[in-house]
Amino acid sequence: MVYSYFPGCTLKNKARDLDLYGRRAAQALGVTLEEIPEWQCCGGVYPMNEDEIAVRLSSVRALNYAKENGGTLVTICSACHNVIKQVNNDMAADGTISTHANNYLKQDGIEYHGEAREIHYLELLRDEIGYDKVRAAVKNPLKGRKIGAYYGCLLLRPSNVMKMDDAEHPTIMEDLIEAMGAEKVVYAMRNECCGGYQTLEDKEVPAKRARMILENAKDNGADTVITACPLCYYNLKKQAEAEGVRVVYFTELLAQALGVKDENESAAAGDGDGAPACKCPMAAKEETK
Amino acid sequence: MTADYDVTAEEIEQISGVNPLRCMRCGRCSATCPAYDEMEYHPHQFVAMVERGEIDKLMESQSIYKCMSCMACIERCPRQVKPARLIEAIRLAVVRKQGGNHLCPDDVPALYDPDLPQQALVSAYRKFTK
Repeated sequence: MVYSYFPGCTLKNKARDLDLYGRRAAQALGVTLEEIPEWQCCGGVYPMNEDEIAVRLSSVRALNYAKENGGTLVTICSACHNVIKQVNNDMAADGTISTHANNYLKQDGIEYHGEAREIHYLELLRDEIGYDKVRAAVKNPLKGRKIGAYYGCLLLRPSNVMKMDDAEHPTIMEDLIEAMGAEKVVYAMRNECCGGYQTLEDKEVPAKRARMILENAKDNGADTVITACPLCYYNLKKQAEAEGVRVVYFTELLAQALGVKDENESAAAGDGDGAPACKCPMAAKEETK
Repeated sequence: MTADYDVTAEEIEQISGVNPLRCMRCGRCSATCPAYDEMEYHPHQFVAMVERGEIDKLMESQSIYKCMSCMACIERCPRQVKPARLIEAIRLAVVRKQGGNHLCPDDVPALYDPDLPQQALVSAYRKFTK
């Protein structure tokens, strides 16, 4: 199976692990993620207001490419998923937005009305590949690990558009945790905000949020928390050591369970959880800091 | 700052697509808001103040920069009022003014952290500038 894939800006930089292990795990499960050419940044946050058209266009271009190449666009980053899926819904259901966006895109020969399907990697695992197949492919079951899923905001809300799972009682990540042979830990803060981009202006806000989230996960027995969002990862990771909970990208854990994570890689990068996988000069420089 | 923005409640309602009259004042939006402690005006107050036409007060408040866009108020509102969209519309009315950007490129080096994901900068720019 081959799917069009939108990595997004952060998965090419700070969140290389999220991308690298996602692709490797997919390969191990018989799926190729084919990066779409000349993709543009999704913008990071969905433009909520009706009169913001230009900022929706990068999503529409990516969706239009997927329409012509297999019909499905896969994302791994929670933010890309949220933005592109909501824009896809606008293009299908909101005549005003769709008309204005298509007027812009006429010069590129694009006419798009929500024909493509946008799915998150978790949905690829659950709905396309199937958790039974994932379970059968696990070579290193994560026995004894107690893992809490951190959904944050972007995977689930607004649920009438995202349609991934029940926004208040999701199971898609917990089912994956169990498929990987670990024990799931359900905790109340798993779908509450980490503080997001507020971290740029005021570090204390996400610090407070992240401590609440990780404490809650730990109180319920979690040794590890997994996320699909680079910004959640950043905010949670800042407090992880103090709280005594590991924070890992879900794709990294999946690659580990499927036996496609190079253990030397993790040895070279300390605990291996989330350290830069790519040894580019910039990553190396940061590691020495 | 003078309270002279020439932005009407009707314009805010139009670009946000929110009808504040749908609100039944239950306060669930503010109860679930992760930025509640940081805000001078809380999500339910945004709805009530737009209904009363008190746009200037909201435009002058730092509250418009505190929303995390987590969409909890949108998801959990029993009347589908979508308070976050109102907050966004008012913030846009401010940053779209000449010189109204809340974040400038010159501010970034002091705020930068080598671990910061690109997503944080992109999102903050999208939210805080025109």
